[in-house]
Amino acid sequence: MSFAALDLVPLLAAMLACLACGLLGNLLLLTRQSLLGDAVSHAVLPGIVLAFLVTGSRDAAPMLAGAVAAAFAAALLVGVLTRAARLSPQAAMGIVFSGFFAVGVVLLETGVGRRVDLDLDHVLLGQLDTLVWPAATGWASLLDPDALAALPPELLLIGAVAVAVPLLFAALWKELRLLAFDPDFAAVTGFAPRALSALLLAALAVACVAAFWAVGAILTLAALVVPPVVARLLTRSYRAQVLVSAIVALVMGAGGVLLAGVLPAALGQDWAVSGAGMVAVVGGVLVLAARLAARESG
Amino acid sequence: MWEALTFQAGHNAAVVAAGCIAFGLAAGAVGCFVLLRGRALIADAAAHATLPGVAGAFLLGLALGLDPRALPWLLAGGGLTASLAVLAANALARGGRVKDDAAIAVALSVSFGLGAVLLSVVQALPVGGQAGLSGLLLGRAAGMAEADAWTMAAVALVALAVLGALLRPLSALLFDPLQASLAGLPVKALDVALLGLMLLVVLAGLPAVGLVLVVALLIVPAAAARLLTARLPAMAALSAGFGAGSAHLGVAISAAAPGAPTGAVIVLVAVAVFALALLASPRRGLVAALRRRAALLAAARAAAR
Repeated sequence: MSFAALDLVPLLAAMLACLACGLLGNLLLLTRQSLLGDAVSHAVLPGIVLAFLVTGSRDAAPMLAGAVAAAFAAALLVGVLTRAARLSPQAAMGIVFSGFFAVGVVLLETGVGRRVDLDLDHVLLGQLDTLVWPAATGWASLLDPDALAALPPELLLIGAVAVAVPLLFAALWKELRLLAFDPDFAAVTGFAPRALSALLLAALAVACVAAFWAVGAILTLAALVVPPVVARLLTRSYRAQVLVSAIVALVMGAGGVLLAGVLPAALGQDWAVSGAGMVAVVGGVLVLAARLAARESG
Repeated sequence: MWEALTFQAGHNAAVVAAGCIAFGLAAGAVGCFVLLRGRALIADAAAHATLPGVAGAFLLGLALGLDPRALPWLLAGGGLTASLAVLAANALARGGRVKDDAAIAVALSVSFGLGAVLLSVVQALPVGGQAGLSGLLLGRAAGMAEADAWTMAAVALVALAVLGALLRPLSALLFDPLQASLAGLPVKALDVALLGLMLLVVLAGLPAVGLVLVVALLIVPAAAARLLTARLPAMAALSAGFGAGSAHLGVAISAAAPGAPTGAVIVLVAVAVFALALLASPRRGLVAALRRRAALLAAARAAAR
C-alpha cells in the first residue's frame, strides 16, 4: 500500500487537529485557563457517547452537539462548585471532569460502547493508525472524486474545524486580543466578553471532538498547551504568539506521525509506535528546546 | 451485592475489596492535605506520568530477564517518572513566562504521550502480560491477585503512618504557611513529604482505579468532607471514611453489574457522596442556603408590612 493510502490521512489529521487546538490554546494560556482545556477534553466523552445513544448514528452533527452540551454543562458545574462549595477552580474542575469521564467510561464499558464502535483504548490513546484511506492508489487519487469521497469522515470533520478556527481568529482578531490581554477593559468598554467566552468554549469543545478522533482525550491536552507554551517562551507580541503557535502545531503533528512510522522502519522493525503519543513527545522536545533558547537569550 | 459488601462473595472478591478499601482509606486521608495545599492538579499530572515509567519498567524487566509483570517493579518505574514529571513542571514554570497550570499540563500530556509510545512498543512484543499494563490506565481491580492487594495495602499503610507522624507540622503548614516558616518549620521539606505521600497513594491506586481517574479519589472525598467540617483532624478522618466507603460500595456495585468498570464506578460513588454533602451540609449545603434565603425574604416581607 502506498504512502497516500496509509500515512497521508493520519499525517493530515494530526497536523490539522494540532493546528485547531493550538490556536485556541493561545487564548486559554493567555487568560490562564489552560486547565479548562484539560476539563473540556475529558468532559466531551459522555457527550459524544450520549449523542450516539440517543440518535444511534455516527454522524458529526449530533456528536458535536452532545460534546458542546457536555462542555457547557461541565463549565456551569465548575462555576456552581467554586461558588457554592467554595472550592478552588482546580479542585472544582478535577471533580467535574473526573465525574464526567467516569460516566463516559461506564457507558462505554457496559455495552453502549460496543454498539457505537468506540474503543476505550482509542479514546485514551488516539486512533491515528486506524485512519487509513484504502481507496487511494497513489498521489493521483487526490484528484479522483470517487477516491476523495471515500476519505475517512473523521478527516473531513478535523479539516472543517481546522478551517473554521483560523477564520474565527481572523474575524475576531481585535476582540480576542482584548479578551486575552485585558478582559476588564473589554468589559468596561461595553464589549461582551461573556458572549465571547461562550463562543470560545463552544469552539474548544468542537476542536476537542475533532482532536479526540485523532489523538485521543488525554493527548488532546498536548495539542492545546504545547504550541502556545512554546510560542510564549519565544515571542513577545500577540501576533507572533499566534503565528509561532500555528507553526509549532503543524510541526509537532507532522513530526510525530512521521517519526512514529518512519523511525521503527529505519531501525529495521516491522512494528509502528503510537503516532498520537509521538506527537506529544515531539511537542515535549519542542518545549524543552524553546525553554533552553529562552534562557540563552535571557 | 450484599454478599460482596459483607466479604462473602468468595476469596477473590474479598481480596479485591480489601485492596480497594485500603487504597480508598489512604487516598481520602492524604487527599485532604493535597486539596487544602492546592496540589490537586500536580497529583493528576503525577498520576498520568506514571505511564512511561510503568511501560519502561516492563521493557527493562524483560531485557534484564526479570519478571516484567511484578507489580512492585512496575510501580517503582511509575514512581520514578512521576517524580521526574513534577520536577520538569517546576523547572518549566521557573522562568515566569509560563504559569504553573500550563507547565503542569505540558508535563502531564507529554509524559503521557511518551507512555503511549512505550506502551505501543510493549504491545507489539510477542510476550504475555501486556493486558495487565493497559489495565493500569483505567484500573482492573477484578484482575487483582492476593500479592497485589498486599502491595496496595502496604503502600496505603506506609502513607497513613507517615501522615500520622507528620500530622502536627502539616496542619501548621496548611493553617498558615508564613507563620509556619517563621516558627522554624521546614516548609519545603514538608511540601516534599506531602508530594511523596501523594505519589504513594497514586501508585497504590493504579491497579484499582487506574491512572486516568486516580486523582478523583484524592480530591472528591476530601472536598465532600470539607463541606461538612472545618476542623482538620475531623475532615481527614471523614475524608478517609468516604474514600474507603466509596471503594467498598463501588467494588460491590461493579461485582453485581457485570461489565461495569470498577475504577469508574468507585469514582462515581465518591462523586455521589460529594453531591449529597453539597446538597445537605448543614452549614455550606445548597438546601441550607436556600432555607436561609427564604427565611431572610420572609423576614424582609414581615418588616415591610
